[in-house]
Amino acid sequence: MAQDIAIIGVGTTGFRATTPDLSYRELTYEAAKKAYLDAGVEPKEIGAFVATSEDFCEGYSIADEYAPDQLGAVLKPIYTVSGDFIHSMASGVMMLKSGLYDLVVVQGLSKASNMVTKPYLTDFALDPIYNRPLKELSDYIAGMEMNRYLYETGTTREQCAQVVVKNKRNAMTNPLAGHGCELNLDYVLDSPMVSYPLSELDISPYSDGAVVIVMATADTALALSDKPIWVRGIGWNSDTPGLETRDWGRAVYAEMAADMAYKMAGIRSPRSEIDFVEISDEFSYKELQHLEALRLCSPGEAGYLTVEGATELTGDLPVNPSGGCLGVGCLLECTGGQKVLDVVLQLRGEAGKNQLQDVTTGLAMSWRGLPTTTGAVAILSN
Amino acid sequence: MIDEGRPMMISPEAVLKTTTKIKLNDIQSGKVLSVHDKPNLKYAWDNGVAIGRYLAELKNGKIIGKRCNSCKRVLVPPRLFCELCWRPTDDWEYVQDTGTILTFVVSHVNWDASRVKKGQRYHTPAVIELDGAGKDQGILHLIDEIEPYDIKIGMRVKAVWKEPEERIGAITDIKYFKVIE
Amino acid sequence: MGLRRVAIVGAGLTKFHRYTQETPKELAYEATKMALDSCEMSLNDIDCVVLGTAPDAFDGVHMNGEYLIDGAGGYRKPYMRHYVGGGTGVLSPIHGWFHVASGMFDTCLVVAEEKMSPAFPHPAGAFLTIFDHTTEQPLYPTLIWIFAIEMHRFMHKHGYRKEDIALVAVKNKKNALDHPSAQLAAEITVEDVLNSEMMAYPVNRLDISPTSDGAAAIVLAAEHVARRVTEKPIWIDGIGYCLDTAYWCNRDLYYPDYVEVAARAAYKMAGIKEPSKEIHIAEPYDPFTYKELHHIEGLMLCKRGESVKMLLDGVTQRDGNLPCCPSGGLLGVGNPIAAAGLMKVIEIFLQLRGEAGPRQVPGKPTCGVAQAWGDLMQVGTVVVMRS
Repeated sequence: MAQDIAIIGVGTTGFRATTPDLSYRELTYEAAKKAYLDAGVEPKEIGAFVATSEDFCEGYSIADEYAPDQLGAVLKPIYTVSGDFIHSMASGVMMLKSGLYDLVVVQGLSKASNMVTKPYLTDFALDPIYNRPLKELSDYIAGMEMNRYLYETGTTREQCAQVVVKNKRNAMTNPLAGHGCELNLDYVLDSPMVSYPLSELDISPYSDGAVVIVMATADTALALSDKPIWVRGIGWNSDTPGLETRDWGRAVYAEMAADMAYKMAGIRSPRSEIDFVEISDEFSYKELQHLEALRLCSPGEAGYLTVEGATELTGDLPVNPSGGCLGVGCLLECTGGQKVLDVVLQLRGEAGKNQLQDVTTGLAMSWRGLPTTTGAVAILSN
Repeated sequence: MIDEGRPMMISPEAVLKTTTKIKLNDIQSGKVLSVHDKPNLKYAWDNGVAIGRYLAELKNGKIIGKRCNSCKRVLVPPRLFCELCWRPTDDWEYVQDTGTILTFVVSHVNWDASRVKKGQRYHTPAVIELDGAGKDQGILHLIDEIEPYDIKIGMRVKAVWKEPEERIGAITDIKYFKVIE
Repeated sequence: MGLRRVAIVGAGLTKFHRYTQETPKELAYEATKMALDSCEMSLNDIDCVVLGTAPDAFDGVHMNGEYLIDGAGGYRKPYMRHYVGGGTGVLSPIHGWFHVASGMFDTCLVVAEEKMSPAFPHPAGAFLTIFDHTTEQPLYPTLIWIFAIEMHRFMHKHGYRKEDIALVAVKNKKNALDHPSAQLAAEITVEDVLNSEMMAYPVNRLDISPTSDGAAAIVLAAEHVARRVTEKPIWIDGIGYCLDTAYWCNRDLYYPDYVEVAARAAYKMAGIKEPSKEIHIAEPYDPFTYKELHHIEGLMLCKRGESVKMLLDGVTQRDGNLPCCPSGGLLGVGNPIAAAGLMKVIEIFLQLRGEAGPRQVPGKPTCGVAQAWGDLMQVGTVVVMRS
């Protein structure tokens, strides 16, 4: 029963602020074609597919209906998970572990540029009775959370701003990333205030793009691939969605999802066993908060590590070597897809200029964005 | 039959207590309080290469498809890839603006479930197999210039286009299809 | 390698109404609570939660899955939402099956919720946005159009008559008289169906299931847990699901290939070779009258073109040889989309346990199938269950 699972193929379109030349179908097709080529499989050999979508992000009701065509999944087992890409991946892992399939494909897509009224969308995810009638731009939720996090841990705005500087710089040398730039700390700190203490540059921009991965059971993976990346652990969790009842300082969902993944992977000391991480940084403070939730450092320590340079490409624990959401762009439900993709590329030694040396285990973590308290974690090894 | 002695897992009495039935009038009259919200959600969809060309050709008064040399279909609306053969499609190919009704309905309701008003024509949408596209290769469009209940499956139809200057590059550049035989 | 056996050990279901006062969260809570109570478990015994709910547009909340977390018992648990349109209800136990069969969890709470009434002025409006935004939405299509289109093709191909198909509504609404959750149970005649308001020829008002608010939940457990929880676990022996292409105009709609493909997968897994003989009871998806017949053919419970004969011969009546929709189906019980699909699974569960009360079919059935369908007439989800 304890079936080992590996990722044997990845494909992506890359991530850009707009993709006016391609439809959502064409984006996914491109990523899928590359992933199948990478894995050396044809769609007809694949046992099942998991797509990822959220109705109002696609602008369709029951958006799952448009999933099969571009994956080559017509009349094949396929369903849609409305979670993050890593949720879908977890669903795929369970499919493989159940013994029903040998090959499973997971898809994620962002066509964020097609949403004309993005800020209102987050608003529409709030409780319709308690919260929505207040008609506040929902970034205030991130501001409130950041404020509490800074208060509880003693982290500073400067430390958060350093995350922005680092991630946008990492994105400069990542050809897949769309929002790289060279900034200095003061420029970030002086950017217009959105919801104190959250400023404009603390918020990641959106990107379009698709990610498709092919996963296989151990025997199939070893037969098909000479560089399988093993899924050692996977976990996902949700805290209460209520603004009134959640823990504002801590990312409980990340702690619990990580615990589940660590347990599955048999990891007791994350800091010494994990070489680098790709974690959700939709807001600068989120990277720090998540680092602490993943038990890679103690509460309040993440900011210092960042300022000291420990989380840089050359540091002791590289964080978001790809550029993260701040540098690559927030990809809606595909956010986790970009994280998993970049961990796979690093572990394969295919990360180009951003390649880290001697890495064997990486962690991908995503958060579903405002106003949710849901996160998922995947631990991969080469 | 029913196993004697085992209590029912779901008791009908318990089910009846789960929800509270109200009426639309209870909400409208304010007897049951409710919150109203009209979401401000707008989208501007990128149509991509294939549909982009399709719309441009509609503006020219033509219907274009894309051939898949593997399954021999001419795909309308066109796509960059054939979803059945899962390969890139091949040549662009115009199809006729005539076709055959595969199936249709006479709809007395509008899209929002309101009823078609007295004196207005019922909606008669149909799946139309376009000439030159291949078996079962239909598109959804409307039928007009015929009494709704006189339409039959298998009838031959032809597109009625908007005037060239009125066309905007949309599926509605074809006003409707009319029966020709 | 043998598959891990997974059983349904508990179930809960709310009463369905057109408008309920309960919020979506409260609906989910009611069903969840009843399901846990039914097998004397608490949330502490639940390892993970899966939620099925179809479009967000009904509940009127973006990321509806996130909003429902606390109502569905997902608080601080591995919680995942999936959907395949109308097929969501029967996909839910399938997704739950993967959770338990993977060996990662021993128990899984499966919740399906739909509150359609918040969409104003009518939930049908939300269906406009299921169509392709460029090639179809400008024509203002409705869901009723495309189902009537499919029905018309189905009738045309087989030469079925409307008055025969109407009998499905008569049967199901009557069956629903015995169902406590039922919203539209009634004793009606074929004439009532034919004389009811014409919605979109060939579909009359009584050919259609209602819009509803409601929720359903079941508890799944691995074999070693199931045997401790209940003396009569009902096993999920076969699962199948698939989607056909979204280019629905490019298919011949008279036959549901998507149901057949899903059914074949489920039958193969359950070791069923002759479905019409080995399956004792079925809950085919019946949001429209013709759909029950369409799906019976797709499930291979009869030959293509013979479902009407089966209906007229009384085979699908509750006391027939192969009772179909003994619950009353969506036509009788109601159609809160995802919850309605799970309601069908729960009906088979109760029937196989012999606890369906006045709805109990005779002959101690031991093998049943539940099926749902959805999206642009493209989804098939099938579950085979045995006692």
